[in-house]
Amino acid sequence: MVQYTQTHFNASFAALSDVTRRGVLEQLARADASISVLANKFDMTLTGMKKHVGILEQAGLVTTEKVGRVRTCRLGLCRLEEEAAWIERYHQLWAARFDELDKVVEELKRKEKADGRKKRR
Amino acid sequence: MDARKEGEPGLMNRTTVERTSERELVTKRTFNAPAHIVFEAWTKPELFKRWWAPKSMGMSLRSCEMDVRVGGKYRLEFQNETMAFFGTYLEVTPPSRLVWTNEESGEGGPVTTVTFEEQGGRTLLVLHELYPSKEALDAAGTGAADVLSETFGQLDELLVTLGASMGRT
Repeated sequence: MVQYTQTHFNASFAALSDVTRRGVLEQLARADASISVLANKFDMTLTGMKKHVGILEQAGLVTTEKVGRVRTCRLGLCRLEEEAAWIERYHQLWAARFDELDKVVEELKRKEKADGRKKRR
Repeated sequence: MDARKEGEPGLMNRTTVERTSERELVTKRTFNAPAHIVFEAWTKPELFKRWWAPKSMGMSLRSCEMDVRVGGKYRLEFQNETMAFFGTYLEVTPPSRLVWTNEESGEGGPVTTVTFEEQGGRTLLVLHELYPSKEALDAAGTGAADVLSETFGQLDELLVTLGASMGRT
């Protein structure tokens, strides 16, 4: 299913268009890190790094969790997978419904034909 | 990601689902019948309940009440009384268009629009679900997963009971 989440992909691409944010993802792929550690590494202010992490978070690429005074960031790719998974379940449900609906529709078609023949007699 | 095997009859009429925006899901399917027939299967409760709760998904409706007219209500109840879907018809235009609300989850429920477009004796059905917000759609996803697993759990129990008492499915 390629089409299911165009808007998410757009958000992801926008998030990935920045060299610092790509660096943050590479960093988080190696290990989770706090905002202040990331800010240090990329020689940025806390506020600047928060902004970048916020954009990555919105795109579902990063998740953050605040424990005490430290906000830890980690890769959040699973959110995309989660969405794909439930849309796939939704798809399966409707596909199953429509297969049953096919049977009902065939029956109605046959009935209509039979009724049509009766009327012509 | 279509699970069907090649050569199955349904292959020509594939079901597609697309999240067209943060708040919208669009499902499409073609049926080999004129629109008035497909419409009938969506608007007569005795027909609707035969396909809407597919056995293959382990679902079964206990009751299905539908007052298909503008302002009319519907209510679908699963085996378990706590699981019900209900709402109000906003538009009823035979044989081409149905619109209803989904009120079981309060404010967060979508408005469902179904259109039936006849093309050379076949019908393209488009099911459009518009949620009040991105969060509502995201939450519905999580909820749907819960409902499905709950349903499967109930089915397991039901099958055991039925198997024991009836000796048939």
